[in-house]
Amino acid sequence: MSALSVFYAILFYVATLILVIGVVRKITQYARTPAPLKIPTTPAPTTQTGVVLRMAREVVLFSSLFKSNKWTWIFGWLFHFSLLLAFFRHLRYALTPDCFIWPLIDLELVQAAGKYAGLGMAAGLVGLFGRRIFVDRVRYISSPSDYFMLILLLAIAASGLSMSFVSHPDIVNLKGFILSLITLGWNGWVNMPTDGLLITHLTLVILLMIIFPISKLLHAPGVFFSPTRNQVDNPREKRHISPWGKALDDAEADA
Amino acid sequence: MADFEIPVLNEYTRTPDLKKGVMAHLKPFVAKEVLQQPLNFPGELVENWEEKAVAKLGELKGKYRSLQVFLDICVKCGACTDKCHYYLGTSDAKNMPVARQDLLRQVYRRYYTFAGKFWAKLGMPWMVGAKDMTKDVLDDWYSYYHQCSQCRRCSVYCPYGIDTAEISMAAREIMDSIGVGQKYCNEIIGKVYKIGNNLGLPEPALADTLEGLEEEVKADTGVDVKFPLDVKGADILLITPSADFFAEPHVDGLIGYAKVFHEAGVNWTMSSYASEAANFGMFIGSYENMRRISRRIRKAALDLGVKRIVFGECGHAWRVAYSFLNTLAGPWDFLDPRYPVPQHICEFTFDLMKQGKLEFDKSQNDHRVMTYHDSCNVARASRMGDKPGGQMTIPREIIKATCNNFHDMPKDTIGEATFCCGGGGGLLTDDLMEVRVKGAQPRMEALKNVVDNNGVTHMAAICAICKAQFTKVLPYYGFTMDQIVSVHQLVSDAIVLNRKTD
Ligand code: SF4
Ligand code: SF4
Repeated sequence: MSALSVFYAILFYVATLILVIGVVRKITQYARTPAPLKIPTTPAPTTQTGVVLRMAREVVLFSSLFKSNKWTWIFGWLFHFSLLLAFFRHLRYALTPDCFIWPLIDLELVQAAGKYAGLGMAAGLVGLFGRRIFVDRVRYISSPSDYFMLILLLAIAASGLSMSFVSHPDIVNLKGFILSLITLGWNGWVNMPTDGLLITHLTLVILLMIIFPISKLLHAPGVFFSPTRNQVDNPREKRHISPWGKALDDAEADA
Repeated sequence: MADFEIPVLNEYTRTPDLKKGVMAHLKPFVAKEVLQQPLNFPGELVENWEEKAVAKLGELKGKYRSLQVFLDICVKCGACTDKCHYYLGTSDAKNMPVARQDLLRQVYRRYYTFAGKFWAKLGMPWMVGAKDMTKDVLDDWYSYYHQCSQCRRCSVYCPYGIDTAEISMAAREIMDSIGVGQKYCNEIIGKVYKIGNNLGLPEPALADTLEGLEEEVKADTGVDVKFPLDVKGADILLITPSADFFAEPHVDGLIGYAKVFHEAGVNWTMSSYASEAANFGMFIGSYENMRRISRRIRKAALDLGVKRIVFGECGHAWRVAYSFLNTLAGPWDFLDPRYPVPQHICEFTFDLMKQGKLEFDKSQNDHRVMTYHDSCNVARASRMGDKPGGQMTIPREIIKATCNNFHDMPKDTIGEATFCCGGGGGLLTDDLMEVRVKGAQPRMEALKNVVDNNGVTHMAAICAICKAQFTKVLPYYGFTMDQIVSVHQLVSDAIVLNRKTD
């Protein structure tokens, strides 16, 4: 392997570890922290099924954001939906044709949608960036890190788009490199293409993976743990008690 | 009338341009040692308070998932920035929900996140919105966490449901733990421990008041409507905010409940030991104090041997009652399992209405054209009846059954989108009058809308704080203080008494 490939292979593994371990640690922390009181924002569903539906509306449609601000909703939703489409398109660089979802990923529709989704991402991000700069309230609450996050994502989208629409890297070579990384070199290591755009794109994505578990990007797993959205509204029917709340009761019963 | 500018009322809610620091001067009185002590809080700012505050934050985020998750996941999208009535009324940047959260989040980031610690080492914590725990930060906390009524409106609009109320409660608890308590709340909690209610009304005075009410109703209607106190073996224990015992228009509501109980023919009582529905333990974010207050109700229910518990009209109280009472003071296995514990007086009245056990002469309320103010914590932190949203429909059904004229305020100001009265969450004190008046602006705007367009004359509410707050702030906006009424006051005026014997 070339020095460049070795360097990126290491980066890739380190970033993956940071991402996975970081997110798992955070999820464990959220799951382990007690929720001592029932605090769903009402009106709230009175059944577990209802809660699943509520959560689905939030993460698929961003329903609360829709109620809140149509501009932020349209830009935010456009960005996230496009990201999802782009992600599907990218799976073809990491999967082999014998994978069960390959036929789906390989569909012309999925590939084309993923390609143009890059434009959707960029448009959504530019919109969000614009709000951050031009709306006095949003500007006030923004830190450099908030701008940085948008710029990073925008740069990822832009470098990706350039490869789709302007100068194509050697995809076959790239796929070989990625598969060799995924299989831990089982079938031998492959060198990565030395395409400037591609290297930029990969570097930025690796940066994003590292930042993910130490930033507000935690909203992705975090939203599922938000007690105001994931609790069933049944406090009268079913006694809700946390371990530390119960300890207070027990201490008193003993006294 | 006031040494501050009173906001003008626009036709519809509009979002003001942001101003910096215009409300920073407003701070409630600090609790002296005698008031801190009964709640087990230090009497004055402790030594090393910076470290202790940071440590307390660490402790709380380990005890409350809401706090831990909310501190992490805000993406600064800004969706909540124009949703708080205090921002709308004051234009102060730090009254935007996310900015209010950030006052605590900046400290969390600085001491508990990799990014914050990393950038602090480079001397640039602001890169990631982190900040050292300093006196300035504490001052900001004290000002702005006492300009949040914990109304949860921001939570409705946040894509992740981030509830600034949770953050405010945590911040107040941290401040209490380092000896910086708010006089109003902590004094009141002390009174509950000592006497049994927020007003410090002792048993004899209470008995006297209730006797007076019996006479008043008798003189008015010729009917012996009872206001029983400490009756052992009664079926129903009524827990009501102590303001109901004498404040206007609260007391008219209490008379309404008594008439409903009378017509239902039930055996009921109040308790002098637990003569308070409100639970200020929630306002200061203290589980321990909230629990201690709640358990007075358990004790009263056990001592009196009642079978059911019904709560009077009170907003934050209903949140604690509906959402937390089972947790804090349950299980209620010694009560009659056929009824929810606790029940709201509106649920009680509505059930009787459905069974055809109440008769109303609506014309008695014909001098009123009504609208209804959804109290924030009833709307967004509780329920009535067995369907989501019952907390909005049931009180309206009661109003419509007792009045001929009813108009709702604009849609984006009622229901789950309701604007707080401006005085909730421990802000109902004269030292915070400026933020109370300014924070009432969005509600006053909505009221003006229906007054101008539909000829509305009165607004009904089911919260002791809302009623007290509106009595005070309505005049600032050119209304009169008697334009706020209790829902059960309407019931009281329209109910046909002694129907069974007719
Ligand atoms: S809870 Fe209510 S008062 Fe507090 S920040 Fe949110 S909207 Fe404002
Ligand atoms: S709406 Fe929620 S995520 Fe957006 S800025 Fe406000 S608190 Fe943060």
